[in-house]
Amino acid sequence: MDIFLLEAVINGLLLGGVLALLALGLNLIFGVIDVVWIAYADLVMCGMYAVFWLYSGLGWLLPLAFLAAIAIVAVLGVLVHVLIIAPILGSAPINQLLATGGLLYFLQSFATLVFGTDFRNIGVRLPIIEVGDLFISFARLIAFVVALIGAVALYFFLRRTYIGTAIRAIAQDRDIMGLMGVDQRRIYLVTSAIGGALAGLGACLLALQYDVHPFIGNTFGPLIFMVCVLGGLGNMIGGFVASFIVSQIISIGGYYSSVELSYVMAFTLFIVLMFIRPRGILAP
Amino acid sequence: MLSLAGVCAGYGSLRALFDVSLDVKEREAVGVIGPNGAGKTTLMRVISGLIPLSQGEMTFDGVSLPGLPAHRIVTHGIAHIPENRRLFPRLTVEENLRIGAFIPQARRHFADRLAWVYDFFPRLKERRSQPAGTLSGGEQQMCAIGRALMSRPRLLLMDEPSAGLAPLLVRQVFELVGRIRAEGFTVLIVEQNVQQILDVVDRAYLLEVGSIKLSGTSAQLKHNELIRKAYMGL
Repeated sequence: MDIFLLEAVINGLLLGGVLALLALGLNLIFGVIDVVWIAYADLVMCGMYAVFWLYSGLGWLLPLAFLAAIAIVAVLGVLVHVLIIAPILGSAPINQLLATGGLLYFLQSFATLVFGTDFRNIGVRLPIIEVGDLFISFARLIAFVVALIGAVALYFFLRRTYIGTAIRAIAQDRDIMGLMGVDQRRIYLVTSAIGGALAGLGACLLALQYDVHPFIGNTFGPLIFMVCVLGGLGNMIGGFVASFIVSQIISIGGYYSSVELSYVMAFTLFIVLMFIRPRGILAP
Repeated sequence: MLSLAGVCAGYGSLRALFDVSLDVKEREAVGVIGPNGAGKTTLMRVISGLIPLSQGEMTFDGVSLPGLPAHRIVTHGIAHIPENRRLFPRLTVEENLRIGAFIPQARRHFADRLAWVYDFFPRLKERRSQPAGTLSGGEQQMCAIGRALMSRPRLLLMDEPSAGLAPLLVRQVFELVGRIRAEGFTVLIVEQNVQQILDVVDRAYLLEVGSIKLSGTSAQLKHNELIRKAYMGL
Protein backbone atom coordinates (compact mmCIF):
# COMPACT_ATOMS: atom_id res chain seq x y z
CA MET A 1 0.00 0.00 0.00
CA ASP A 2 1.11 3.52 -0.81
CA ILE A 3 2.57 5.04 2.34
CA PHE A 4 0.97 8.43 1.69
CA LEU A 5 -2.41 6.83 1.15
CA LEU A 6 -1.99 5.01 4.45
CA GLU A 7 -1.16 8.31 6.08
CA ALA A 8 -4.32 9.82 4.56
CA VAL A 9 -6.41 6.94 5.90
CA ILE A 10 -4.96 7.33 9.39
CA ASN A 11 -5.49 11.10 9.28
CA GLY A 12 -9.08 10.52 8.20
CA LEU A 13 -9.59 8.17 11.11
CA LEU A 14 -8.13 10.68 13.55
CA LEU A 15 -10.23 13.52 12.13
CA GLY A 16 -13.34 11.35 12.40
CA GLY A 17 -12.99 11.05 16.18
CA VAL A 18 -13.74 14.70 16.99
CA LEU A 19 -16.42 14.83 14.31
CA ALA A 20 -18.05 11.77 15.89
CA LEU A 21 -17.94 13.37 19.34
CA LEU A 22 -19.69 16.53 18.12
CA ALA A 23 -22.22 14.51 16.12
CA LEU A 24 -23.03 12.58 19.32
CA GLY A 25 -23.77 15.82 21.14
CA LEU A 26 -26.01 17.20 18.42
CA ASN A 27 -27.82 13.87 17.99
CA LEU A 28 -28.33 13.53 21.73
CA ILE A 29 -30.04 16.91 21.90
CA PHE A 30 -32.12 16.25 18.82
CA GLY A 31 -33.13 12.77 20.00
CA VAL A 32 -34.16 13.90 23.48
CA ILE A 33 -35.46 17.46 23.12
CA ASP A 34 -36.44 17.20 19.44
CA VAL A 35 -34.63 20.43 18.63
CA VAL A 36 -31.69 21.06 16.29
CA TRP A 37 -29.15 23.42 17.75
CA ILE A 38 -28.07 25.21 14.57
CA ALA A 39 -25.48 27.11 16.62
CA TYR A 40 -23.82 23.93 17.95
CA ALA A 41 -20.52 24.54 16.14
CA ASP A 42 -20.52 28.08 17.52
CA LEU A 43 -20.71 26.73 21.05
CA VAL A 44 -17.52 24.87 20.11
CA MET A 45 -16.08 28.20 18.97
CA CYS A 46 -16.95 29.71 22.39
CA GLY A 47 -15.19 26.78 24.05
CA MET A 48 -12.08 27.34 21.94
CA TYR A 49 -12.03 31.00 22.97
CA ALA A 50 -12.48 29.94 26.59
CA VAL A 51 -9.38 27.74 26.31
CA PHE A 52 -7.47 30.53 24.58
CA TRP A 53 -8.51 33.14 27.14
CA LEU A 54 -7.83 30.98 30.22
CA TYR A 55 -4.56 29.46 28.98
CA SER A 56 -2.96 32.19 26.86
CA GLY A 57 -4.64 35.15 28.52
CA LEU A 58 -4.82 34.28 32.22
CA GLY A 59 -1.99 31.78 32.21
CA TRP A 60 -3.88 28.83 33.68
CA LEU A 61 -2.45 25.36 33.42
CA LEU A 62 -3.66 23.75 30.19
CA PRO A 63 -5.56 20.83 31.82
CA LEU A 64 -7.32 23.29 34.15
CA ALA A 65 -8.18 25.55 31.23
CA PHE A 66 -9.60 22.51 29.41
CA LEU A 67 -11.77 21.44 32.35
CA ALA A 68 -13.00 24.99 32.87
CA ALA A 69 -13.79 25.36 29.16
CA ILE A 70 -15.85 22.14 29.24
CA ALA A 71 -17.73 23.44 32.29
CA ILE A 72 -18.29 26.85 30.67
CA VAL A 73 -19.75 25.36 27.50
CA ALA A 74 -21.89 22.96 29.56
CA VAL A 75 -23.35 26.00 31.33
CA LEU A 76 -23.80 27.70 27.95
CA GLY A 77 -25.73 24.61 26.82
CA VAL A 78 -28.05 24.91 29.81
CA LEU A 79 -28.51 28.63 29.11
CA VAL A 80 -29.35 27.91 25.47
CA HIS A 81 -32.07 25.57 26.66
CA VAL A 82 -33.46 27.74 29.46
CA LEU A 83 -33.34 31.08 27.63
CA ILE A 84 -34.04 30.08 24.03
CA ILE A 85 -35.50 26.60 23.66
CA ALA A 86 -37.70 26.15 26.75
CA PRO A 87 -39.93 29.21 26.09
CA ILE A 88 -40.70 28.02 22.54
CA LEU A 89 -40.66 24.26 23.11
CA GLY A 90 -44.31 23.93 22.19
CA SER A 91 -44.18 26.06 19.06
CA ALA A 92 -43.51 25.01 15.48
CA PRO A 93 -40.09 23.40 14.81
CA ILE A 94 -39.24 26.17 12.33
CA ASN A 95 -39.30 28.70 15.19
CA GLN A 96 -36.76 26.66 17.13
CA LEU A 97 -34.54 26.44 14.05
CA LEU A 98 -34.79 30.19 13.53
CA ALA A 99 -34.09 30.93 17.18
CA THR A 100 -30.94 28.80 17.36
CA GLY A 101 -29.99 30.14 13.92
CA GLY A 102 -30.24 33.63 15.40
CA LEU A 103 -28.03 32.47 18.25
CA LEU A 104 -25.40 31.51 15.66
CA TYR A 105 -25.16 35.11 14.41
CA PHE A 106 -25.31 36.43 17.95
CA LEU A 107 -22.39 34.27 19.10
CA GLN A 108 -20.30 35.06 16.01
CA SER A 109 -20.89 38.79 16.38
CA PHE A 110 -20.29 38.67 20.10
CA ALA A 111 -16.96 36.86 19.62
CA THR A 112 -15.98 39.41 16.97
CA LEU A 113 -16.78 42.23 19.37
CA VAL A 114 -14.79 40.74 22.24
CA PHE A 115 -11.85 39.08 20.49
CA GLY A 116 -11.79 40.74 17.05
CA THR A 117 -11.46 38.77 13.84
CA ASP A 118 -7.80 37.83 14.36
CA PHE A 119 -6.85 34.17 14.23
CA ARG A 120 -5.72 33.14 17.69
CA ASN A 121 -3.69 30.13 18.63
CA ILE A 122 -2.95 28.76 22.06
CA GLY A 123 0.57 28.08 20.81
CA VAL A 124 0.95 24.57 22.16
CA ARG A 125 3.25 22.71 19.79
CA LEU A 126 2.87 18.98 20.05
CA PRO A 127 5.37 16.72 18.32
CA ILE A 128 4.91 14.75 15.13
CA ILE A 129 5.28 11.05 15.76
CA GLU A 130 7.27 8.96 13.31
CA VAL A 131 6.24 5.34 12.98
CA GLY A 132 8.45 3.81 10.34
CA ASP A 133 7.95 6.10 7.36
CA LEU A 134 4.62 7.40 8.67
CA PHE A 135 4.20 10.84 10.18
CA ILE A 136 1.30 11.21 12.60
CA SER A 137 0.29 14.39 14.39
CA PHE A 138 0.34 13.82 18.13
CA ALA A 139 -2.36 16.47 18.62
CA ARG A 140 -4.67 14.56 16.29
CA LEU A 141 -3.88 11.27 17.97
CA ILE A 142 -4.74 12.74 21.39
CA ALA A 143 -7.91 14.27 19.95
CA PHE A 144 -8.94 10.90 18.53
CA VAL A 145 -8.26 8.95 21.72
CA VAL A 146 -9.95 11.50 24.00
CA ALA A 147 -12.96 11.76 21.67
CA LEU A 148 -13.34 7.98 21.78
CA ILE A 149 -13.05 7.99 25.57
CA GLY A 150 -15.74 10.69 25.67
CA ALA A 151 -18.00 8.63 23.42
CA VAL A 152 -17.49 5.49 25.53
CA ALA A 153 -18.16 7.45 28.73
CA LEU A 154 -21.37 8.78 27.23
CA TYR A 155 -22.34 5.24 26.21
CA PHE A 156 -21.93 3.92 29.74
CA PHE A 157 -23.73 6.92 31.19
CA LEU A 158 -26.71 6.30 28.92
CA ARG A 159 -26.67 2.54 29.58
CA ARG A 160 -25.93 2.25 33.26
CA THR A 161 -27.47 5.20 35.11
CA TYR A 162 -31.08 6.03 35.91
CA ILE A 163 -30.85 9.45 34.27
CA GLY A 164 -29.14 7.96 31.22
CA THR A 165 -31.87 5.34 30.87
CA ALA A 166 -34.51 8.05 31.23
CA ILE A 167 -32.75 10.10 28.52
CA ARG A 168 -33.03 7.14 26.14
CA ALA A 169 -36.60 6.44 27.19
CA ILE A 170 -37.81 10.00 26.70
CA ALA A 171 -36.88 9.86 23.03
CA GLN A 172 -39.22 6.85 22.67
CA ASP A 173 -42.30 8.00 24.57
CA ARG A 174 -42.33 11.58 25.83
CA ASP A 175 -45.87 11.74 27.23
CA ILE A 176 -45.69 9.05 29.88
CA MET A 177 -42.35 10.02 31.46
CA GLY A 178 -44.23 11.77 34.28
CA LEU A 179 -45.87 8.47 35.20
CA MET A 180 -42.39 7.03 35.74
CA GLY A 181 -41.64 9.82 38.21
CA VAL A 182 -39.36 11.53 35.69
CA ASP A 183 -39.42 15.32 35.49
CA GLN A 184 -39.09 16.06 31.79
CA ARG A 185 -37.69 19.53 32.36
CA ARG A 186 -34.87 18.13 34.46
CA ILE A 187 -33.98 15.57 31.78
CA TYR A 188 -33.87 18.38 29.21
CA LEU A 189 -31.51 20.40 31.41
CA VAL A 190 -29.20 17.44 31.96
CA THR A 191 -29.22 16.65 28.24
CA SER A 192 -28.44 20.26 27.33
CA ALA A 193 -25.57 20.28 29.83
CA ILE A 194 -24.16 17.05 28.37
CA GLY A 195 -24.56 18.37 24.83
CA GLY A 196 -22.73 21.53 25.90
CA ALA A 197 -20.00 19.55 27.68
CA LEU A 198 -19.39 17.46 24.53
CA ALA A 199 -19.07 20.69 22.50
CA GLY A 200 -16.64 21.95 25.17
CA LEU A 201 -14.58 18.76 24.98
CA GLY A 202 -14.55 19.04 21.18
CA ALA A 203 -13.39 22.64 21.58
CA CYS A 204 -10.40 21.59 23.69
CA LEU A 205 -9.36 18.97 21.15
CA LEU A 206 -9.74 21.36 18.22
CA ALA A 207 -7.88 24.15 20.05
CA LEU A 208 -4.80 21.90 20.01
CA GLN A 209 -4.88 21.71 16.22
CA TYR A 210 -6.50 24.84 14.85
CA ASP A 211 -6.53 28.61 15.23
CA VAL A 212 -9.71 30.05 16.69
CA HIS A 213 -11.59 32.92 15.09
CA PRO A 214 -15.23 34.02 15.36
CA PHE A 215 -16.28 32.15 12.22
CA ILE A 216 -14.54 28.84 12.78
CA GLY A 217 -17.94 27.28 13.42
CA ASN A 218 -18.77 27.83 9.77
CA THR A 219 -15.92 25.58 8.68
CA PHE A 220 -16.99 22.44 10.49
CA GLY A 221 -20.61 23.19 11.49
CA PRO A 222 -21.97 22.08 8.10
CA LEU A 223 -19.86 18.91 8.36
CA ILE A 224 -21.40 18.02 11.73
CA PHE A 225 -24.90 18.51 10.34
CA MET A 226 -24.11 16.47 7.25
CA VAL A 227 -22.78 13.65 9.42
CA CYS A 228 -25.88 13.72 11.65
CA VAL A 229 -28.30 13.68 8.75
CA LEU A 230 -26.28 11.02 6.95
CA GLY A 231 -26.46 8.81 10.03
CA GLY A 232 -30.14 9.64 10.57
CA LEU A 233 -30.92 12.60 12.84
CA GLY A 234 -31.11 11.41 16.44
CA ASN A 235 -29.44 8.09 15.59
CA MET A 236 -26.27 8.22 17.66
CA ILE A 237 -24.69 5.07 16.24
CA GLY A 238 -25.53 6.17 12.69
CA GLY A 239 -23.90 9.55 13.30
CA PHE A 240 -20.85 7.85 14.77
CA VAL A 241 -20.40 5.62 11.70
CA ALA A 242 -21.14 8.48 9.28
CA SER A 243 -18.41 10.62 10.93
CA PHE A 244 -15.76 8.15 9.91
CA ILE A 245 -17.15 7.71 6.40
CA VAL A 246 -17.16 11.46 5.81
CA SER A 247 -13.73 12.01 7.34
CA GLN A 248 -12.26 9.24 5.17
CA ILE A 249 -13.74 10.73 2.02
CA ILE A 250 -12.29 14.12 2.87
CA SER A 251 -8.91 12.72 3.80
CA ILE A 252 -8.50 10.20 0.95
CA GLY A 253 -10.15 12.54 -1.54
CA GLY A 254 -7.73 15.25 -0.44
CA TYR A 255 -4.84 12.89 -1.08
CA TYR A 256 -5.95 12.05 -4.64
CA SER A 257 -7.03 15.54 -5.62
CA SER A 258 -7.25 18.60 -3.39
CA VAL A 259 -8.87 19.40 -0.05
CA GLU A 260 -11.45 21.66 -1.74
CA LEU A 261 -12.44 18.95 -4.18
CA SER A 262 -12.67 16.39 -1.38
CA TYR A 263 -15.36 18.50 0.30
CA VAL A 264 -17.18 18.60 -3.03
CA MET A 265 -16.99 14.79 -3.13
CA ALA A 266 -18.24 14.44 0.44
CA PHE A 267 -21.22 16.71 -0.14
CA THR A 268 -21.97 15.07 -3.49
CA LEU A 269 -22.06 11.69 -1.81
CA PHE A 270 -24.29 13.23 0.84
CA ILE A 271 -26.80 14.45 -1.76
CA VAL A 272 -26.79 11.08 -3.53
CA LEU A 273 -27.24 9.16 -0.29
CA MET A 274 -30.12 11.43 0.69
CA PHE A 275 -31.95 10.17 -2.38
CA ILE A 276 -31.10 6.52 -1.75
CA ARG A 277 -31.39 6.46 2.04
CA PRO A 278 -33.27 9.60 3.07
CA ARG A 279 -33.64 8.47 6.68
CA GLY A 280 -29.95 7.81 7.22
CA ILE A 281 -27.45 5.14 6.27
CA LEU A 282 -28.32 2.96 9.25
CA ALA A 283 -32.10 3.42 9.07
CA PRO A 284 -33.93 0.10 9.13
CA MET B 1 -57.40 6.02 50.52
CA LEU B 2 -58.18 7.79 47.24
CA SER B 3 -61.11 10.11 47.09
CA LEU B 4 -62.45 12.32 44.32
CA ALA B 5 -65.21 14.85 44.96
CA GLY B 6 -66.95 16.82 42.24
CA VAL B 7 -64.08 16.51 39.77
CA CYS B 8 -64.45 18.24 36.40
CA ALA B 9 -61.75 18.11 33.74
CA GLY B 10 -61.25 18.31 30.01
CA TYR B 11 -59.01 19.18 27.13
CA GLY B 12 -59.12 22.90 26.37
CA SER B 13 -62.74 23.89 25.93
CA LEU B 14 -63.82 20.26 25.57
CA ARG B 15 -65.10 18.97 28.87
CA ALA B 16 -64.65 15.24 29.40
CA LEU B 17 -65.53 14.74 33.08
CA PHE B 18 -68.47 16.29 34.94
CA ASP B 19 -68.75 16.26 38.71
CA VAL B 20 -67.16 12.87 39.24
CA SER B 21 -67.04 11.62 42.82
CA LEU B 22 -65.47 8.32 43.64
CA ASP B 23 -63.50 6.67 46.38
CA VAL B 24 -61.24 3.71 46.80
CA LYS B 25 -60.46 2.20 50.19
CA GLU B 26 -57.26 0.51 51.23
CA ARG B 27 -56.87 -3.02 49.80
CA GLU B 28 -59.96 -2.66 47.66
CA ALA B 29 -60.22 -3.38 43.96
CA VAL B 30 -62.54 -0.93 42.27
CA GLY B 31 -63.61 -0.90 38.65
CA VAL B 32 -64.74 1.94 36.40
CA ILE B 33 -66.77 0.59 33.51
CA GLY B 34 -68.38 2.33 30.60
CA PRO B 35 -68.37 2.64 26.83
CA ASN B 36 -65.68 4.06 24.63
CA GLY B 37 -65.35 7.81 24.97
CA ALA B 38 -67.05 7.94 28.36
CA GLY B 39 -64.00 9.60 29.90
CA LYS B 40 -62.45 6.56 31.60
CA THR B 41 -58.93 7.24 30.37
CA THR B 42 -59.31 10.95 31.15
CA LEU B 43 -60.27 9.99 34.71
CA MET B 44 -57.09 7.94 35.08
CA ARG B 45 -54.97 10.72 33.61
CA VAL B 46 -56.50 13.27 35.96
CA ILE B 47 -55.71 11.11 39.00
CA SER B 48 -52.09 10.58 37.97
CA GLY B 49 -51.64 14.27 37.16
CA LEU B 50 -51.20 14.09 33.38
CA ILE B 51 -54.29 16.29 32.91
CA PRO B 52 -55.17 19.11 35.32
CA LEU B 53 -58.64 19.13 36.79
CA SER B 54 -60.68 22.29 36.43
CA GLN B 55 -62.88 21.84 39.50
CA GLY B 56 -63.26 19.54 42.45
CA GLU B 57 -61.07 17.97 45.10
CA MET B 58 -58.88 14.90 44.98
CA THR B 59 -56.97 13.46 47.93
CA PHE B 60 -54.77 10.44 48.43
CA ASP B 61 -54.09 9.41 52.04
CA GLY B 62 -54.90 12.94 53.11
CA VAL B 63 -52.57 14.55 50.52
CA SER B 64 -54.31 16.95 48.18
CA LEU B 65 -53.33 15.96 44.64
CA PRO B 66 -54.55 18.79 42.36
CA GLY B 67 -51.66 21.01 41.35
CA LEU B 68 -49.04 18.32 41.83
CA PRO B 69 -47.23 17.37 38.60
CA ALA B 70 -47.38 13.72 37.52
CA HIS B 71 -43.80 12.99 38.53
CA ARG B 72 -44.55 14.13 42.10
CA ILE B 73 -47.75 12.10 42.36
CA VAL B 74 -45.80 8.89 41.69
CA THR B 75 -43.69 9.58 44.77
CA HIS B 76 -46.85 9.54 46.90
CA GLY B 77 -47.49 5.92 45.93
CA ILE B 78 -49.76 5.99 42.89
CA ALA B 79 -48.59 4.07 39.82
CA HIS B 80 -50.48 4.36 36.55
CA ILE B 81 -50.29 1.66 33.89
CA PRO B 82 -51.33 3.54 30.76
CA GLU B 83 -53.64 2.28 28.05
CA ASN B 84 -51.86 0.12 25.47
CA ARG B 85 -49.06 -0.51 27.95
CA ARG B 86 -46.74 2.14 26.46
CA LEU B 87 -43.49 0.27 27.11
CA PHE B 88 -40.29 1.81 25.81
CA PRO B 89 -39.94 -0.52 22.82
CA ARG B 90 -36.21 -0.13 22.20
CA LEU B 91 -35.21 -0.45 25.85
CA THR B 92 -34.75 -3.94 27.23
CA VAL B 93 -37.24 -5.44 29.67
CA GLU B 94 -34.86 -4.79 32.54
CA GLU B 95 -34.29 -1.18 31.45
CA ASN B 96 -38.04 -0.65 31.36
CA LEU B 97 -38.19 -1.97 34.90
CA ARG B 98 -35.33 0.33 35.90
CA ILE B 99 -37.21 3.36 34.61
CA GLY B 100 -40.12 2.21 36.76
CA ALA B 101 -37.84 2.56 39.78
CA PHE B 102 -36.69 6.07 38.85
CA ILE B 103 -37.99 7.84 41.96
CA PRO B 104 -35.39 8.03 44.77
CA GLN B 105 -37.29 5.94 47.32
CA ALA B 106 -37.63 3.14 44.75
CA ARG B 107 -33.99 3.29 43.61
CA ARG B 108 -32.81 2.40 47.08
CA HIS B 109 -34.73 -0.88 46.89
CA PHE B 110 -34.10 -1.57 43.22
CA ALA B 111 -32.42 -4.99 43.63
CA ASP B 112 -35.08 -6.33 46.04
CA ARG B 113 -37.86 -4.98 43.94
CA LEU B 114 -36.45 -6.40 40.72
CA ALA B 115 -36.07 -9.83 42.33
CA TRP B 116 -39.67 -9.59 43.53
CA VAL B 117 -41.00 -8.67 40.08
CA TYR B 118 -38.99 -11.47 38.44
CA ASP B 119 -40.35 -13.85 41.03
CA PHE B 120 -43.88 -12.67 40.30
CA PHE B 121 -43.34 -12.82 36.51
CA PRO B 122 -40.70 -15.50 35.79
CA ARG B 123 -41.30 -14.93 32.08
CA LEU B 124 -39.90 -11.40 32.39
CA LYS B 125 -36.71 -12.77 33.88
CA GLU B 126 -36.26 -15.04 30.87
CA ARG B 127 -36.74 -12.07 28.57
CA ARG B 128 -34.90 -9.47 30.60
CA SER B 129 -32.28 -8.48 28.02
CA GLN B 130 -34.70 -8.46 25.09
CA PRO B 131 -36.06 -5.15 23.73
CA ALA B 132 -39.56 -4.69 25.15
CA GLY B 133 -40.89 -4.13 21.64
CA THR B 134 -40.19 -7.78 20.78
CA LEU B 135 -42.37 -9.20 23.58
CA SER B 136 -45.74 -10.80 22.91
CA GLY B 137 -48.88 -8.90 23.96
CA GLY B 138 -49.28 -10.83 27.20
CA GLU B 139 -45.62 -10.43 28.11
CA GLN B 140 -45.85 -6.71 27.39
CA GLN B 141 -48.72 -6.43 29.82
CA MET B 142 -46.64 -8.25 32.46
CA CYS B 143 -43.76 -5.87 31.78
CA ALA B 144 -46.05 -2.84 32.06
CA ILE B 145 -47.42 -4.10 35.38
CA GLY B 146 -43.91 -4.96 36.57
CA ARG B 147 -42.67 -1.51 35.62
CA ALA B 148 -45.46 0.10 37.64
CA LEU B 149 -44.80 -2.15 40.65
CA MET B 150 -41.11 -1.16 40.63
CA SER B 151 -42.02 2.22 42.15
CA ARG B 152 -43.42 0.43 45.25
CA PRO B 153 -46.89 1.94 44.83
CA ARG B 154 -49.79 1.44 47.19
CA LEU B 155 -52.43 2.24 44.60
CA LEU B 156 -52.24 0.83 41.10
CA LEU B 157 -54.22 2.50 38.31
CA MET B 158 -54.83 0.14 35.39
CA ASP B 159 -56.19 1.60 32.18
CA GLU B 160 -57.83 -1.05 29.96
CA PRO B 161 -55.37 -3.84 30.72
CA SER B 162 -57.20 -6.15 28.31
CA ALA B 163 -57.08 -3.73 25.35
CA GLY B 164 -55.64 -5.26 22.21
CA LEU B 165 -55.11 -8.71 23.70
CA ALA B 166 -56.41 -12.03 22.35
CA PRO B 167 -59.36 -13.51 24.32
CA LEU B 168 -57.23 -16.16 25.97
CA LEU B 169 -54.74 -13.52 27.13
CA VAL B 170 -57.56 -11.32 28.39
CA ARG B 171 -58.44 -14.06 30.87
CA GLN B 172 -54.79 -14.31 31.93
CA VAL B 173 -54.63 -10.58 32.50
CA PHE B 174 -57.67 -10.67 34.77
CA GLU B 175 -56.11 -13.55 36.68
CA LEU B 176 -53.07 -11.32 37.11
CA VAL B 177 -55.24 -8.61 38.60
CA GLY B 178 -56.41 -11.18 41.16
CA ARG B 179 -52.82 -12.11 42.00
CA ILE B 180 -51.84 -8.47 42.39
CA ARG B 181 -54.72 -7.93 44.82
CA ALA B 182 -53.61 -10.96 46.80
CA GLU B 183 -50.25 -9.22 47.27
CA GLY B 184 -52.03 -6.44 49.12
CA PHE B 185 -52.11 -3.74 46.45
CA THR B 186 -55.09 -1.47 46.07
CA VAL B 187 -56.31 -1.38 42.48
CA LEU B 188 -58.43 1.04 40.47
CA ILE B 189 -59.11 -0.47 37.10
CA VAL B 190 -60.83 0.91 34.02
CA GLU B 191 -62.36 -1.58 31.59
CA GLN B 192 -64.76 -2.05 28.75
CA ASN B 193 -64.78 -5.77 29.38
CA VAL B 194 -67.63 -5.50 31.88
CA GLN B 195 -68.47 -9.14 32.50
CA GLN B 196 -64.92 -10.18 33.34
CA ILE B 197 -63.95 -7.13 35.34
CA LEU B 198 -66.95 -7.53 37.64
CA ASP B 199 -65.59 -10.97 38.56
CA VAL B 200 -62.35 -9.39 39.74
CA VAL B 201 -63.31 -6.17 41.56
CA ASP B 202 -65.25 -5.58 44.79
CA ARG B 203 -67.11 -2.52 43.60
CA ALA B 204 -67.54 -0.61 40.38
CA TYR B 205 -68.71 2.69 38.98
CA LEU B 206 -70.46 3.13 35.65
CA LEU B 207 -69.15 6.15 33.76
CA GLU B 208 -71.18 7.45 30.82
CA VAL B 209 -70.50 10.67 28.88
CA GLY B 210 -68.28 11.96 31.63
CA SER B 211 -70.49 11.38 34.68
CA ILE B 212 -70.99 8.55 37.14
CA LYS B 213 -74.37 6.98 36.36
CA LEU B 214 -74.35 4.06 38.74
CA SER B 215 -72.26 2.53 41.45
CA GLY B 216 -72.42 -0.52 43.62
CA THR B 217 -70.83 -3.80 44.57
CA SER B 218 -69.94 -6.21 41.78
CA ALA B 219 -72.82 -8.47 42.75
CA GLN B 220 -75.31 -5.59 42.61
CA LEU B 221 -74.07 -4.39 39.25
CA LYS B 222 -74.05 -7.89 37.77
CA HIS B 223 -77.77 -8.09 38.48
CA ASN B 224 -78.56 -4.56 37.41
CA GLU B 225 -80.97 -4.53 34.51
CA LEU B 226 -79.31 -1.61 32.67
CA ILE B 227 -75.84 -3.10 32.91
CA ARG B 228 -76.99 -6.56 31.89
CA LYS B 229 -78.72 -5.18 28.80
CA ALA B 230 -76.28 -2.51 27.69
CA TYR B 231 -72.92 -3.96 28.67
CA MET B 232 -73.22 -7.71 29.06
CA GLY B 233 -75.55 -8.41 26.15
CA LEU B 234 -77.87 -10.46 28.34
